[in-house]
Order: sequence, then C-alpha cells, then structure tokens
Amino acid sequence: MQLEAVVRRLELEQLYTDYVHCLDTDELEHWPEFFTEECFYRVTSAENYEAGMPLGLIHATSRNMLKDRVSALREANIYEPQRYRHLVSSIKIVEEHGAALDLVANFMVVRTMQEGDMTLFGVGRYVDQVTRRDDAWKFARKTVVLDSRQIDTLLAIPL
Amino acid sequence: MQQEIKWPAEGNARVPYRMFSDPEIYRDELSRIFLGPTWQYLALAGELPKAGDYLTTFLGETPVIVTRGHDGEIHAMINRCAHRGNLVCLKRRGRADNLTCVYHAWRYDLEGNLDSVAFRRGIAGKGGMPASFRLEEHGLKKLRVDTFGDLVFGTLSPGAPPLATYIGNLIGSRIHRVLHGKPKILGTTSQILHNNWKLYFENVRDTYHATLLHSFFTTFRISRLTSEGGVDIAENGAHHASYTRNKVDRVDQATSDQLYAGIPSLRENFRLADPSFLAMAEEFGDDTTTQILSLFPNFVLQQIQNSIALRLVLPKGPDKTELQWTYIGFEEDDTEVTALRLAQANLVGPAGYVSMEDGAVGNFIQRAIPGAEDECSVLEMGGFGHVSEANRTTEASVRSFWHAYRPLMGF
Repeated sequence: MQLEAVVRRLELEQLYTDYVHCLDTDELEHWPEFFTEECFYRVTSAENYEAGMPLGLIHATSRNMLKDRVSALREANIYEPQRYRHLVSSIKIVEEHGAALDLVANFMVVRTMQEGDMTLFGVGRYVDQVTRRDDAWKFARKTVVLDSRQIDTLLAIPL
Repeated sequence: MQQEIKWPAEGNARVPYRMFSDPEIYRDELSRIFLGPTWQYLALAGELPKAGDYLTTFLGETPVIVTRGHDGEIHAMINRCAHRGNLVCLKRRGRADNLTCVYHAWRYDLEGNLDSVAFRRGIAGKGGMPASFRLEEHGLKKLRVDTFGDLVFGTLSPGAPPLATYIGNLIGSRIHRVLHGKPKILGTTSQILHNNWKLYFENVRDTYHATLLHSFFTTFRISRLTSEGGVDIAENGAHHASYTRNKVDRVDQATSDQLYAGIPSLRENFRLADPSFLAMAEEFGDDTTTQILSLFPNFVLQQIQNSIALRLVLPKGPDKTELQWTYIGFEEDDTEVTALRLAQANLVGPAGYVSMEDGAVGNFIQRAIPGAEDECSVLEMGGFGHVSEANRTTEASVRSFWHAYRPLMGF
C-alpha cells in the first residue's frame, strides 16, 4: 500500500471514530459538523433500502435539518434519559470518484436506559459518501441501513 | 374462562387499569375481538398486483396469508397447515404458484384449498391416507375478504356486517378524502411498544393530548386546540376521525399563545433552521391540515399535512405491541410532492417530531399500573358521551372505543 493510501485509511478511521464518540458522549451539537452543508442523511431498514423504497425514519437534505434534529431533541421532544454505545468496524472503500469516496462500514449500537436496561438497539451498515472540505473528510451522504425493520420504542438520538 | 368485571357506574368515562395488564383479558380479546366480528386491515391491494403474489400478516396474534388468486381476486387464510399446524408461508412476502407446507409437502392452491397430500396413496399399497380422507375437508381456514378502495380487510366472522356498513358513511368519506389516488408505498417500518395495544389505540383517538404532549405541534402551530377542528365518530361508535383546520383560528394568535402559556409544550424560544419541510402543499381540496382516523379495533389512517401513513396495531402480549407503519404517496405524485412527503415523514414514525412520544407514553402508563388494577382512568373531558363534536378538547372518541369494546368482551 502506498503511504498516501495508508494515511487516507487512517484519516477515514479517525472520521468514524470521532463520529461515534460525538454521538455516544452526548455532544450532539457537534454532530452536524461531520456533514457537508448540502448533505443527505437518512435512517432506514435493509428491507426498504433493498426494495428501493425512499423512506427515511430520519430524512435530512441539509445540514440545517440535522441541526433542527438536535434542537428538537434538546427543546421539544420527550424521551427517557438514554445513551448509545456505537461499535464501528470493517470500513471499506467501495468506489473512488475524484475527491469523493463511497464507503460502507458495519455498526452495532447498544442502548442503555437510565434504569440500566440494555438493548442491542441497532445493527447494520453505513452506506456513505465522504468528500474533502476545509482540509477534512465530511459526510456528503450517509444512509444508515438497519438490518432489522423493528425499532424498539423510539429512535431519538441519531445513529 | 373469564373473571367477573364490574364496570364502574360512570360507564365509558372510567376504565379499570386491569384492562391493560390482565393476561386473561388479553387472551379473551384475541378470540372475542381479533378472531371475532371485526374487520381488520390486511394489505393494500397494490401490494398484490399479480396472481401468485402473497404476503403474510396477522389477525391479532394469529398468522394470516393474503394472496392474489388465479381468479384475480384477493384471498386470505390462516397461515397454519391443516395437517400438523405448521406455518405454510415463511416469508413476509413473495410469489408462488401454490402454497406448499415445508414440513410434509401438503400443497394448497392460492385460495387455500388442499390440492394434494404427499404419498397420499402410500408406497406399493402400504401406508398412505385412509380411503375416507377428503382433500376438500382439509383446506386452510379461510377469511372473509372485502375491500374499501385499495384497502383490503379480513375477518373470520361470518356474522360481521359487510365492510362498507361496518365502516359507515361518515368515516368512509373521510377515508376517501385522504386516499384520493392509487397508493404508492414509500417505505415501511415497525415499532415495538412495551405496552398493551389498547393504550396505543386510546392514544390515537385522544384529541386532547396531541398539542400537550407533542411540543412540536404547538410550537410550530401545526396543530393547536385553538384552531378549528373536531372529531367525527362513526354511526356505530366504533371508529373515529379527528381533524384540525389549522389555518382557521378560533382565537387570535396572541390569545392562543396566552391559553397555552404555562403549558410546557409551547416553547417560545425554539426556532427551526430549516422549516421549509413544514409547508403544506394543496392536496385534499379543503382546509383540513391534520386528520387522524381509526377503525376498530386496530387500524389507523393518518394525514398530517402531506404525510400519509397506514398504521396497524398488532397485539403481541398483554404488555407488548407491534406498530406497523406503511408510508404512502400516490402513483400520480410528481418528484416535488414525493420529496415533500419524504421530508414530512420526519414528523411521524419512531423518530417522528410529533409522534416519538407516543412510542413511550403507553409504556409510562404500563409501568404505573401495578398495584392499581382495580382503580380507573378518568375520561371526562367533554362529558360522558361518545358522539361527534366540532371541538377537540374532548375524550369522546376514546370513550367511543370503550363503547365498542365492552359489548364484544361482555363487560
């Protein structure tokens, strides 16, 4: 592997590391910063994704819509205190087109409620496109494809 | 075996908490309601376009197969082999020329009639079924199927009235109002609720809670009790449709803010960075911005702005419910309308700005019930009746649910 490719690999690993730590440490206000301004973000199931159904449980077509998700979670929506723990692995570069890269990565999320109940909340893959902005990798597109069609109770914190 | 339930004298304005937690009552509901004289939503006709298309669903907890037969009609039958009770269809949906049980290869046609039994004549004159065995006596148990527009319903009851009569004209016209084209599915999801199915169904019919629990409604004036609106209740009391005419205020904005002052759901300082998705496109030819409709016992048709979804409430135990969502648009939608529906889907579903709380609030009640099984909830907003009202500060449609429920259960 060329040194450049090794460096890029490390940068991408770092991107996902920072992304999940941001969500898992409740720094949601910084979550939109991982995306480009005109980004696309969607949470869906493998069933919808594979059938070509466009529905997103969360469906954002701009970074501002991601900011609104966060402010709604902070100001408007009611849900019990909970935290996520994301494990991300097997990041794979699927295709390179110019400055943009198509990636897939596996994830697993355990949700822990205030009383201590733990659930394997979601397992699936990120189907992403990243691009360079301001000397950093940003998500231009992120589709969170959950293996299961079922969501336990509600989906508040993003994945 | 049913225990004695002494319903309170206040009638439908009181509900004993036992209704939401008692395993015996739950078992009784599965037979008296879900296998009883009610019509339950099975599918959209468009999900089964061609002969041989099938999907699986439930009547309560009982598994059901829905097919498009070679006769072009939709058929439904219990998904349980007449031989040894095995599930005949294992996939959620698919395409087949016939329905063959994997266990012993008993084969049924798409209408559920038994076509053949493997090794029926035995081998070399030994074994096999007795001569008295008749294929026609061992088909899959069939449902009555009826459609309302593109909605397909089924019932096991020979005594249920025709579907159109069951739904009635008042609620029927409100279904037609929303389903004005050929439905096109945009996607589906399912939500596991840790509460009794009736707690969710009460929530759907509760016009009082929406702008109190869901801040998003109130803060962004998507719906307020101070807007024009009301609730229609079917002639037989069993079904409801609540509606908001958000652009028609009963009081001016300042008075509305004043009435909501001190109620936590009005967040003065909350502003969206990108509110564009909240703009409603003209679609229904009237000024109704939200319409939530339910058919007894477990179907919901939702229109919130341009977001349309079908919801099916499936009981999974006394304290567990699966809520299945089918989000739709129409074949004639252009890309702009589809984009708007997808954006407004953010309002509903498990992550919905105005529905997230509904996934949890039933569980909050479920957790508060232990020790209070003989105590009652109080449903007196708007009095004691269960008829249509041009007003939403009422629990009339919740009471009407119990009005339909109690005689079926013998309470």
